[in-house]
Amino acid sequence: MMSEKNLDLRYFTGFLPLTLLCLFLLYAPLIVVMVYSFNDSNSITRWDTVSLRWYYDVFYGLEAPKFKAAAINSISIAIMAATSATIIATLAATAMLRAGRFKGKSFSFALINLPLMVPEIVTAVATLIFFSAIGFTTGYLTILIAHIVFCIPFAYLPIAARMEGIEGVYEQVAQDLYATRLQAFRLILMPLMAPGILSGFLLAFIISLDDFIITNFVKGAGIETLPTAIFGAVKQGIKPNIMAISTLLLVVSVGFVALSYFVGQMGEKANPTTKPKGD
Amino acid sequence: MAASPQQNSRAMNNNYDGFGVPLILPSWIIIGFFLVVPVAMMLMYSFLTKEFRGGVIWEFSLAAYDQFFFDRGLFGDSPPVIEWTYISIFWRSIWQAGVATFFCLLIGFPTAWFIATRTGRNSTIWLFLITIPYWVNLLIRTISMKFLIRDNGPLNEFLISFGVISEPFHIINTNLAVQLGLFYSYLPFMVLPIYAAVERYNFALSEAAADLYASRTVTLTKVILPAVKPGIVAGCILVFVPSLGAFLAPDLLGGAKNFMIGSLIEEQFKGNAGNWPFGAAASMILLSLVLIVLTLYARHQARGQR
Amino acid sequence: MKKLIKLTASALALLFAVNAANAGGKLSIYHWFEYIPQELLDQFSAEHDVEVTMDTFDSNEAMLASLKAGKLGSYDVAVPGDYMVEIMAGEGMLDTFSKAELPNHSNIMDQWINVGFDMGRKSSIPYQWGSTSFSVNRDDYKGDINTLAMVFDPPAELQGKINVLDSQGELLALASMYLGIPQCTTDRDQLKALNDLVQKAKPHWASFGSDTAKDVLVSGDASVGMIWSGFSAKAREEGANIEYAFPKEGYVVWMDNVVLLKDAPNRENALKFMNFLLEPENAAAVTNYAAYTAGVKGTEPHLSDTVANSPESNPPASPVGEFVQACSQEVQEVYDTIWTNLKK
Repeated sequence: MMSEKNLDLRYFTGFLPLTLLCLFLLYAPLIVVMVYSFNDSNSITRWDTVSLRWYYDVFYGLEAPKFKAAAINSISIAIMAATSATIIATLAATAMLRAGRFKGKSFSFALINLPLMVPEIVTAVATLIFFSAIGFTTGYLTILIAHIVFCIPFAYLPIAARMEGIEGVYEQVAQDLYATRLQAFRLILMPLMAPGILSGFLLAFIISLDDFIITNFVKGAGIETLPTAIFGAVKQGIKPNIMAISTLLLVVSVGFVALSYFVGQMGEKANPTTKPKGD
Repeated sequence: MAASPQQNSRAMNNNYDGFGVPLILPSWIIIGFFLVVPVAMMLMYSFLTKEFRGGVIWEFSLAAYDQFFFDRGLFGDSPPVIEWTYISIFWRSIWQAGVATFFCLLIGFPTAWFIATRTGRNSTIWLFLITIPYWVNLLIRTISMKFLIRDNGPLNEFLISFGVISEPFHIINTNLAVQLGLFYSYLPFMVLPIYAAVERYNFALSEAAADLYASRTVTLTKVILPAVKPGIVAGCILVFVPSLGAFLAPDLLGGAKNFMIGSLIEEQFKGNAGNWPFGAAASMILLSLVLIVLTLYARHQARGQR
Repeated sequence: MKKLIKLTASALALLFAVNAANAGGKLSIYHWFEYIPQELLDQFSAEHDVEVTMDTFDSNEAMLASLKAGKLGSYDVAVPGDYMVEIMAGEGMLDTFSKAELPNHSNIMDQWINVGFDMGRKSSIPYQWGSTSFSVNRDDYKGDINTLAMVFDPPAELQGKINVLDSQGELLALASMYLGIPQCTTDRDQLKALNDLVQKAKPHWASFGSDTAKDVLVSGDASVGMIWSGFSAKAREEGANIEYAFPKEGYVVWMDNVVLLKDAPNRENALKFMNFLLEPENAAAVTNYAAYTAGVKGTEPHLSDTVANSPESNPPASPVGEFVQACSQEVQEVYDTIWTNLKK
């Protein structure tokens, strides 16, 4: 089936080097920061010896309580926002893919994806104006609400994709065997959906953990999340402890993606309805 | 297990027929109340009178839009001419975003093509490698870039020590730094949709073209490109739109020297200017621009499917 | 799903554990960045059993904007500069206190009691004062630096190596001094000249940054940096070979003040904190950290030598510095236009 090599358009000379260049561009800054986070020197420009000094500083240094509080805010907000968004998105996906026609369906699709379409800075300004106009003092709660909103489409995408791949026949069979709708949903659809729901949750979690612009606009007095705390510190110049925090955050993010990826892989194997991937 | 031919119709079943509205209601409420209402309110604010040093006075006014489009001189009483200040700020943002998109395409297309033409497991691994950096906090990636390209940062030290250059290569606080930052931030957004399009592409088509004596160039431009074009367009939009409203790259890499749309808007609420209606108006104009791009895209998609 | 709920519950538990109330309640501070030592806050926190949280800002205008955008009522105290105290009082953002509520009121230096922006100190206390000018890297430039031309009409070798503060009030005040025109002038020709001056100077400036002002001098990214006196002293301590200028055309002096905000959620603790800062020892601790000069009597014995004798804190008898003025709305709008033109 293969045509002559020189005619095969799959292979362009130069594409492999370009791909490697692409990877290099993506990784070089991160690796440089990771390496410099182990620098013992006070200065970021001079290389001293290798040490874990700045990691110690992150956990026990003078600024440790500030970053700890910020980390707790970030993680608790991310967990709550991702959980709420996942629940809302699962219900929405069920409505969009399992509930036939209903009024406002096409409108709903646009609405769910709206947070993706509105530029972040616009969402931030609009949310600030909204809270200020209704006289709501900004604080922990305002950050949480804003995060739930923009997490919904991110949770929705993998959940809907997964649900689309599951044949409705399983629930129908269950109902034919006298399971109620709720039982069919809980005992058949949900277990099959688990990998999709988990990757939706993880995606929303990372997106919430990542957000700077919107949080910066709607955060209240005395409340920082990790990105806003890091931004505040880094504005005065990149310090070695920021590199250590960055490296830690980087490891956490990558760990989460790897986790979500492997969960997805396991799901692929466990899902009886996925069609085998053929060439 | 082989897929049944009716899979799609079966998947779109109606098991919860009649429950559509209650199931969708939470998303309506949350997004409606906390995004649609705020945007509507922002639209309203853009037509109000500004209060000196921040806030609004509840009186209708077109002053914000007037300020955006008309120049009435330093003292506000010259005959109005077209105001280029904000248009040029918007244009700069569009230009920076455009350049970043162009370079993303330049590097992203070959990468996506290369990955999509690997077989099975290999392609998954390559793809995984491309997506990982996207998951690292954008702020941290921008800081890393700033650290790397500063005048006496690792990049310049490296180049100097190997004798490539003798003077530090000055990138930080220039437009190039902003473009580089945007490029770096959104590169994975370019690769993924193109990858998806190429992966779906049936290479038998190009073989058929070759059998019909089409040259490589002809096959590429007449057969392959039209087929993967939706992926390219999607990638460009995914890079261009967020770049347009970007805030971190201009602020951290560009030296906050020239306003981009994001920093102009931020300045109205958090900085020196304190002009809320104007900030709201600038946000509305940005939102309209983005919605126009997305509508054109949707039209294009619809035409492509027909 | 259950796991998610469990996770959420444990996160909430963590959250409340963090918020476990200190018996003395809370105190919420809105402060300039890199100014007050963390140890001093910890000390106050321990002495009064108060949980202290602090947010930071990088310009008077940014602080005002943020308070106006709905944060008034969530902070107890803020630290505005002189002219900003006047503006905030005009906006009705300040609460007043009686001398009885502040036992250390008598520690205020005499010259800082009857100040134009708060006669008799009824809603603010003096904190630290210093000046705003610029510093020059002496490795890069050997000539005379005591002129504002270094920033507004720099010699060729310094062009493109200048950082200016991202602070409208101070930058335009210095520009006015360079031109020899009064601040907040209403004269149209003078305002036009001001606009032309900054427009012409801008190509020589590499960046606008307040929080980065020290870092760019230390790292050598900038050879000239408009900067606050103490911040410059800190840059010098960190190894930059720089000299702080007292330009002959004049420079900006300022005084930062701790103000009691209206609707402060913890008014009692705010007053305790202000009283705490009026203790000579504590005022000196801030001075030793930020390298400015305290407005409190009796700090001298507690000052470190380097700070007490730093050239930045000991200006020559002449020229004298000037406070930044709060402009009328009419002039301020022209200033805003000039600023936007500058950054377009």
